[in-house]
Amino acid sequence: MPRTASQISGQIPFTQVPDKQGMFGEYGGRYVAETLIEPLTQLEEAYLKYKDESEFLAELDADFAHYVGRPSPLYHAQRLSQKYAGAQIYLKREDLNHTGAHKINNTIGQALLAKRMGKTRIIAETGAGQHGVASAAVAARLGLECVVYMGEDDIHRQAPNVYRMRLLGAKVVPVTSGSKTFKDALNEAMRDWVTNVDSTFYIIGTVAGPHPYPLLVRDFQAIIGREARAQHYERTDCLPDALVACVGGGSNAIGLFNPFLDDAAVKMYGVEAAGLGIDTNKHAAPLNAGRPGVLHGNRTYLMEDENGQIIETHTIAAGLDYPGVGPELAWLKDIGRVQYDSVTDVEALAAFHELTRVEGIIPALESSHAMAYAVKLAAGMSRDQNIIVNLSGRGDKDINTVAKIEGIEI
Amino acid sequence: MSRMQSCFDALQKSGRKALIAYITAGDPHPDHTVALMHTLVESGADIIELGVPFSDPMADGPVIQAACERALTHNTSLHQVLGMVGEFRKLDERTPVVLMGYQNPIEVMGVSQFARAANQSQIDGVLTVDLPFEQAESVLNIYQQYALDTIFLIAPTTNPTRIKKICDNSSGFVYYVSLKGVTGAGHLDISEVKNKVAQIKQVSALPVGVGFGIKDAESAKTIASIADAVVVGSAIIRQIEANVSDHTAMHNNIKTLLLGMREAMDDNSNNSSIKQEVA
Repeated sequence: MPRTASQISGQIPFTQVPDKQGMFGEYGGRYVAETLIEPLTQLEEAYLKYKDESEFLAELDADFAHYVGRPSPLYHAQRLSQKYAGAQIYLKREDLNHTGAHKINNTIGQALLAKRMGKTRIIAETGAGQHGVASAAVAARLGLECVVYMGEDDIHRQAPNVYRMRLLGAKVVPVTSGSKTFKDALNEAMRDWVTNVDSTFYIIGTVAGPHPYPLLVRDFQAIIGREARAQHYERTDCLPDALVACVGGGSNAIGLFNPFLDDAAVKMYGVEAAGLGIDTNKHAAPLNAGRPGVLHGNRTYLMEDENGQIIETHTIAAGLDYPGVGPELAWLKDIGRVQYDSVTDVEALAAFHELTRVEGIIPALESSHAMAYAVKLAAGMSRDQNIIVNLSGRGDKDINTVAKIEGIEI
Repeated sequence: MSRMQSCFDALQKSGRKALIAYITAGDPHPDHTVALMHTLVESGADIIELGVPFSDPMADGPVIQAACERALTHNTSLHQVLGMVGEFRKLDERTPVVLMGYQNPIEVMGVSQFARAANQSQIDGVLTVDLPFEQAESVLNIYQQYALDTIFLIAPTTNPTRIKKICDNSSGFVYYVSLKGVTGAGHLDISEVKNKVAQIKQVSALPVGVGFGIKDAESAKTIASIADAVVVGSAIIRQIEANVSDHTAMHNNIKTLLLGMREAMDDNSNNSSIKQEVA
């Protein structure tokens, strides 16, 4: 029997993180004000109770199949692969999910927990609006009140998603504190939760935040990797040689990577947003250019100044605009299991157009970062090797942004 | 005996309760903080809680968030805050000073380096809002080594087992968060606060301070009748915010606010000591 990656590296087995305190090595944990300790403990207990319960899993599977539209296809991008004359590029089509991205995998799962915990009100934070839309959709479906916090600047950048959330019955609250973007929306959602803990379930959209969020969001998103692994095996009789995903908070990346962590031969690449360039300081790449610290309830890599203040990030992709990253991704960096690199706004935009024109698929600007890296990687590999890219979302939400950059009025 | 303990002992002897006044260091400008600290003491504050500004103050309401933003406009750093307390100590060696803030600025400086510097500046205690005791094990040892009291929060959601553990890890005093919410919120439930303070008293001899939501003489008076210390923050910051460009008014309004609270609280203790004598 082949040895697993964790056996080879001598690390904590991948199946045993996080530990009981929610730590992935030295990352993660529960760095929150005292009021939230009890609700987080209750959430953890509820999750551990239901996560293996057959009735819960059956409901989750049924929702995945009939509401989300899973399994999402694994698409062989043949023309794109030919163009680069290297590895075969496969796209895990999370863009085809209901509401247009991988985010719904997690909101479906957390909403089922909310229902079982008897909560009547859902709150969420959102950057690009995809998680907000996915939260508003599941709240509508369960007849729950929904409030979404969104940075004032993001509200202007992502107007179509704001309207979508409102159509779905959610109240979108503009956040005007701090940098008026995603990180401030997360602060504001936490403040709401602290005030309304008894009635309210906070659906965090990424694998960050205090324990147990990085654990449960990962578990709900791991459907991506489980499907991709089986689909790839069925198609090629082997495992892929490499996986590529963009990394903001990291939920689509960990969702794809997690079920492959013990497959030592499968290389993994996380792609952060280099914005105007890593050396310009106008980027969103804490794993490439940040250092460990404490923010939003967990210890992880952060973008901060010399005094420990969190600094503003920059990227063309609102969904990657976050100065932190999930603690598990931070741990996977330190133990060398995942390689991290970055892609600039310009490169991502080129990849956006390329996939659109070569394969007839309009990717989200977030996923375009993964695409830009994947084609470079493929070019250096042989034609009998395979790469799976997580095409985490569709680009419909971004057409205004792209048109504006290119001076086109639509 | 620590400065904090002497302070609470003296108050107890005179039958009074502690008034703990919070301001954010660097608000509205780093040059004003030391003068504001002296004003707090002149206005009847027994202990100063000095906020270390942070870019992402997750547990704070809009008033203290804005204070952090004003302070950070001038790049107020943890180094500077330590310097301000050193400066304050030149004229006031008696009033205990507790730093209140978030963990990240401390981590960046290095916990040991921070603790050493805090000790040199004669800081008496540290309250880190986003550091529950489970995450604080190594930090606690270091703070103890540098004679810094570790003040932890207890919340309405904290269960009895946890209350005991928090008290066991606390020194100086424990801080009861009077409501489910952020700083400066306005929905105080006095009977619940009373029950919870009694619960804390059952398992700990430490003084209990109550904060979040105390905004005027009346609420200060009520809280003083059931706890050892009253913490007031957002109500002071509102006076700073309203008078950013008029320093005389800023100091005068803070004085009026705190003296009113002080008087109401002391009136309380006079009444209760009279009652005790009668009984």
